[in-house]
Amino acid sequence: MSLAGVSEPSSRNSSSNRALWLWLIPLIFLAVFFFYPLAAVFRMAGSISLVKAGQTSAWGQVAQPLAFTLWQAVLSTGLTLLLGLPAAFIFARFSFPLKNLLRVLVTLPFILPTVVVAVGFNALLGPHGLVNSTLMSAFNLQEAPLKVMNTLAAILLAHIFYNTSVVIRVVGSSWTQLDPRLEQAGRVLGASPWRVLSEVTLPLLLPAILAATLLVFLFDFTSFGVILLLGGPRFATLEVAIYTQALEMLNLPLAGLLSAVQLGCTLLMVVIYTRLSSKQAVPLMPRLQGEGTRKTGGRLETMLVFGMVAVLFILLISPLVALVLRSVTILAAGQGAAHGPAISLDYYHELFVNRRQSFFYVPPIQAVKNSLQYALLTVVISLSMGLLVIYALRPQRRLNRSLDAFIMLPLGTSAVTLGLGYLLVFNRPPLDVRTFPWLIPIAHSLVALPFVVRALQPTLCSIPQSLRQAAAVLGASSLRVWYEVDLPILTRAALVSAIFAFTISLGEFGATSFLARPEYPTLPVAIYRYLSQPGELNYGQALAMSTILLLVCSLCIFLIEKISREG
Amino acid sequence: MKKIKWFSMMMIGGLVLSACAAPATPPSTPTVTPTAGPVTLMVMTHDSFAAGEAVIAEFERQNNVKLSFLKSGDAGAVVNRAILSKDTPLADVLYGVDNAFLSRALDAGIFEQYNSPQLAAISSEFKLDPQNRALPVDFGDVCINYDKAYFDQKKLQVPQSLEDLEKPEYKGLLVVENPATSSPGLAFLLATVAHFGQQGYLDYWKALRSNDVAVVNGWEIAYYTNFSGSSGKGAQPMVVSYNTSPAAEVVFATQPIDSSPTASINGPDTCFRQIEFVGILKGTHQRALAEKFIDYMLDVSFQQDMPLQMYVYPVNPKAGLPEVFQKYAQLPSQPARLDPDQIAKNRDAWIQAWNGVVLK
Repeated sequence: MSLAGVSEPSSRNSSSNRALWLWLIPLIFLAVFFFYPLAAVFRMAGSISLVKAGQTSAWGQVAQPLAFTLWQAVLSTGLTLLLGLPAAFIFARFSFPLKNLLRVLVTLPFILPTVVVAVGFNALLGPHGLVNSTLMSAFNLQEAPLKVMNTLAAILLAHIFYNTSVVIRVVGSSWTQLDPRLEQAGRVLGASPWRVLSEVTLPLLLPAILAATLLVFLFDFTSFGVILLLGGPRFATLEVAIYTQALEMLNLPLAGLLSAVQLGCTLLMVVIYTRLSSKQAVPLMPRLQGEGTRKTGGRLETMLVFGMVAVLFILLISPLVALVLRSVTILAAGQGAAHGPAISLDYYHELFVNRRQSFFYVPPIQAVKNSLQYALLTVVISLSMGLLVIYALRPQRRLNRSLDAFIMLPLGTSAVTLGLGYLLVFNRPPLDVRTFPWLIPIAHSLVALPFVVRALQPTLCSIPQSLRQAAAVLGASSLRVWYEVDLPILTRAALVSAIFAFTISLGEFGATSFLARPEYPTLPVAIYRYLSQPGELNYGQALAMSTILLLVCSLCIFLIEKISREG
Repeated sequence: MKKIKWFSMMMIGGLVLSACAAPATPPSTPTVTPTAGPVTLMVMTHDSFAAGEAVIAEFERQNNVKLSFLKSGDAGAVVNRAILSKDTPLADVLYGVDNAFLSRALDAGIFEQYNSPQLAAISSEFKLDPQNRALPVDFGDVCINYDKAYFDQKKLQVPQSLEDLEKPEYKGLLVVENPATSSPGLAFLLATVAHFGQQGYLDYWKALRSNDVAVVNGWEIAYYTNFSGSSGKGAQPMVVSYNTSPAAEVVFATQPIDSSPTASINGPDTCFRQIEFVGILKGTHQRALAEKFIDYMLDVSFQQDMPLQMYVYPVNPKAGLPEVFQKYAQLPSQPARLDPDQIAKNRDAWIQAWNGVVLK
């Protein structure tokens, strides 16, 4: 496993000094849009006397949410890996019917606003949901046997629902590029499939698995909507506590303290991650895409694949189906209506009508346009920053490890804290939250950048230096070497990054609602707007709008994947 | 090779697209520079703010101004954001502070005084700030809504008072919102404080807890996933919502219906009156325009537009009410009230104590 250091070029120092310059733009970007607003919040929180927070022991108010945050994040991450790793395996190694469609579908949960997920979960698992009513009629029960809503189980299920696609994408893309001959060699030499998995495959995949674990963990660690809406008031993560203290209680010192603790934990986890992963990168000859995939052979493999697909369908896709179905179902009107539920597109028609003649009415096409514009900008910004960062990170040096941690910090930062910071510092032209439309994609890019970096970096590390040297010996300029060696190998990982950046932006609600002008709402903002008033039409339109969000997203992911496959 | 070209083309295409896309959002007009063309009046408000196109356009035309709205969360969050940014105010006018947060806003000194001529017509019961820094615009009541079909089918009497809700026949039938994260949730907590007093309200909540009251964090979840009377078909037939929600259920029905599936319980002290205020933010450079906008909000045309936009009642007695309000919404004759100063002093302590009794 000591191959890593061998192939470093002799001109090591000059090239790694050049790599230092690559930090310039990403660091300016982070300094202006992350550290500066964050510092403003901490300065303000610090300027208010801590006496208010000190009425009761402030640490007591920190310890409790901290313990719960860690506990649920560990559980959620473990369960997500338990589902995600086998799923990544079947996507990487087998071809089966409708595989491409399934890959797109399992990504969709990632973009759904939490309110809509709550509606979907309720339709399935609620007291009158599909599962409970089936069980009640099957076993003649008086009360709903499954009580999931507002429990820890609901939180865990929702986290699995949201984050499994992260594992599938990050680990799956590495797995696809893994040289199958290594595993075959192990088998030929007499190792059992389990031994091959544990001694060949998993060690090679470790960088990707660690990266996926870190991303999922940070997402669970800073979970907000899921805890607030699905977990209910008995559960509070640090993020929820920050929100309540900052915006409802106006207790800024305590909110600042909680934010600092949250940031500290994030930093700690990133450091642990860098420690674990720094030794693991093994350069490997990249393989043709799809070389290792095959049809299932034998009953065991077929059962494995279809069992896995069934589990994915139940856990990740059925709530989506419930939503879509509900968006085209009109329940019987009024009391004692003769007919049952009917299929209709009424909710969709209604989206195009400004019934209230409201100033804030958004035609659905406009919301789609706003969302897509922000998402495209996010892809462009985060991908360009990400490419700079991974090359800057390449030389092994201590400074790089700490800078790497900085890149990950936005993922572990409270959206409320950052949003407050934006309001405090970006309040005059040219950077004005009220008028500068780029702040939304910039905020989205801050969240997307860690994903982009984590998805790209393992791939870059896996490129053998010998390929570049061969190209250089054959007379290629360094630019040409990059264009003909690095870029083709990076494409697949870049694609995964693009999809992440795109979906993060499309589904993001917190920062958007903070920064968006109400005249230019995104799809999630429009969905929330419908759900904030009573009435069947509002409910139906929210579901119809969510379905449109799902459709738009699947279409775009499909296009991105198709372009890359056929290009 | 082709693959890379595709990818680089996509990137370049993306750049071009986004470069074209960005100007589609309108050119910014900073509030401070009154150059040629209309100036912008920035109004900070809560997420539920809504208004008709016509009334907005009319004000913009009359005053050669562009109205721009900054939505900043729920009522409490808006006030807190205004307080946090008071050194460099984000807007000229703030609309949406209610009586639960009024004193906090006034104590923080975010408003400038304005004695609008329109105030003369408005009943003194709404004018909670004698110095007229915050002017009343509209009001409504947070009430318990119930699912009519459920009570019909079970032949169950609808509870008529807060005390009724402690009875065993209503066990597990009510969902309320967390007062720490929801404005109707806070209003309902305040109603119980007003009715049972600071000594008694916690005992009442203990009784509600042993009667299996459900608690969720937001109105959206309470109404759309817990309440059985809404389209979400949840488990509880009673929910803390607004006295106008039954009227909204009629207006937003898919097929026209002549009776609402829900109704609100308008017993003595079962509802809490919310009054919403508007004020001029200290440090505005558009004082004259801000005054005009406030006058306009209190005048008849805007006041008549509000009920069907935000499902609230106008404070201007000359403004007429829409038919659905008269038919399907009832104003409680005896809503609970609390002095804003008392709320400001004790709100956080009440919430903490509630938290200890109901959630722990």
